[in-house]
Formats: sequence, C-alpha cells, structure tokens
Amino acid sequence: MTEIQADQVLDCSGMLCPMPVVKTTRAIKQLQVGQVLKLIATDPGAPPDMAAWSRQTGNEILAQTEEDGKFIFYIKRVK
Amino acid sequence: MSRSDPEAPKRLALIASKGTLDWAYPPFILASAAAAMGWEVQIFFTFYGLILLKPELDAAVSPLGNPAMPMKMPFGSEGFKEIDWPIPTALMAFPGFQWVATNLMKKTFETKGVATIEELREMCIDLDVKLIGCQMTMDVFGFEREDFIEGCEIGGAATFLEFAADADVSLFI
Repeated sequence: MTEIQADQVLDCSGMLCPMPVVKTTRAIKQLQVGQVLKLIATDPGAPPDMAAWSRQTGNEILAQTEEDGKFIFYIKRVK
Repeated sequence: MSRSDPEAPKRLALIASKGTLDWAYPPFILASAAAAMGWEVQIFFTFYGLILLKPELDAAVSPLGNPAMPMKMPFGSEGFKEIDWPIPTALMAFPGFQWVATNLMKKTFETKGVATIEELREMCIDLDVKLIGCQMTMDVFGFEREDFIEGCEIGGAATFLEFAADADVSLFI
C-alpha cells in the first residue's frame, strides 16, 4: 500500500459502537473537503460500520488495514 | 417537507418507551449513529422512557424477571469473568440486589468501552437529534416541563406521527 498522508488522526481504541462512527463524523467536519482522516479503532464492529457510514455520508474510505487487533482507516472528506 | 426530494436526508423515527438502564441504550445508540450518518432523527419519549429526559439520570436495571441477562462479573481473572453465575430468582428480590446489578452493569459497560447514557444523550443533542417528551405521560405521572432537560421539546402522538410519516426507518423500543 502506498503511504497515505493523513491531515488528522483520530484514535478510537477501546471504544465500542456507536463511538467510532460518531467521533469520525465530528472529526471529518473539522477537515476541509479533500483532506484525509486517519481513524484507529479496536471495535471489531468498526469495519462493517465504517463501510456503512461511508456509503451513507458519501465520504470515501481510501484504504483500510488491520494490524495487531487495530483497524486503521484512511477516510477522505468528500462532502 | 416532501419526501419526493431525492436530496432530502434519510429519517429515523424512534419511540423510547422503557426507562431501565439496559433499554435506555438502544434509542440513544441508534439515534447518535444515524445522526452521525447525516440522517434526521427524532426520539419520542413516552411512558417509562420519559425519565430518560430528566437532567440527572438514575436508570437502574434488575435481572428479576429477565432470565436472559448474563450474570457475569466485570472484574477478577479472565476465568472468573467468564462464569455465568446461577443466581436464584428469589435472591434477586432482596433489598439491594437491584443496586448491585445496576452497578455491575455500569462497571461492565465502562470496562468494555461503552459510553454512558448521559454521554450518548449529550452526543445526540450535539448532533441535532430532536428529543420529544410525551405530554400525556407527563400529565399521567405528574411531571412538569421543568423536570426535563432544556434540550427537549414536548409533544403528543400527532407530533411524532407527523415526523414518522415521512421516515425511512421507524422503531418502537
């Protein structure tokens, strides 16, 4: 995976539903359209939930990885 | 508002009818998640759910009459935490048992990383979720407007139905 430059990092480690989704929404609103948020989450429900959030809000998940039980998302603000 | 507008945000209409600690979660979780996705959300708090609009929340939970509730401890070794304690139903009726059960559930939720009801409610308000207290329930149980948080409105069945008529998702909780 090519290195994606994040403009902001949001760490939701240890938080369960609906916190990653709610905090991501708040964080993405602080960014300009086109900027990228790096989200770190440990909730196993985060991958399906962030995918649904992305479809519903129109913001794009550029890349998604998992390492050591941590899910990392790079999310571009589109709207 | 016309729902024929394809650009209109989706809508979630919830009725929160239960005021125990366990059942306080679903409406606030669903509402905050939906609002985070850009949906318009309204929660109608009726009957026992109405107390979730009080400034100070003291929602409690009891395993009495709820054999499905796991009776696990939020502390101790991993093996200890796995034990589902076979508590006799009669014991659950003892004074203080509800207090213990409530505090154990709060501790479990905190340990697992679940937000408190207060936090979730605050997030809902921040995300512009509309909270409506049921006027009829207020009249029946003897509540006044001042008994509830400023961030809520008061209305009746017609208020909820008008919003729910154009909702994409409607749930009674």
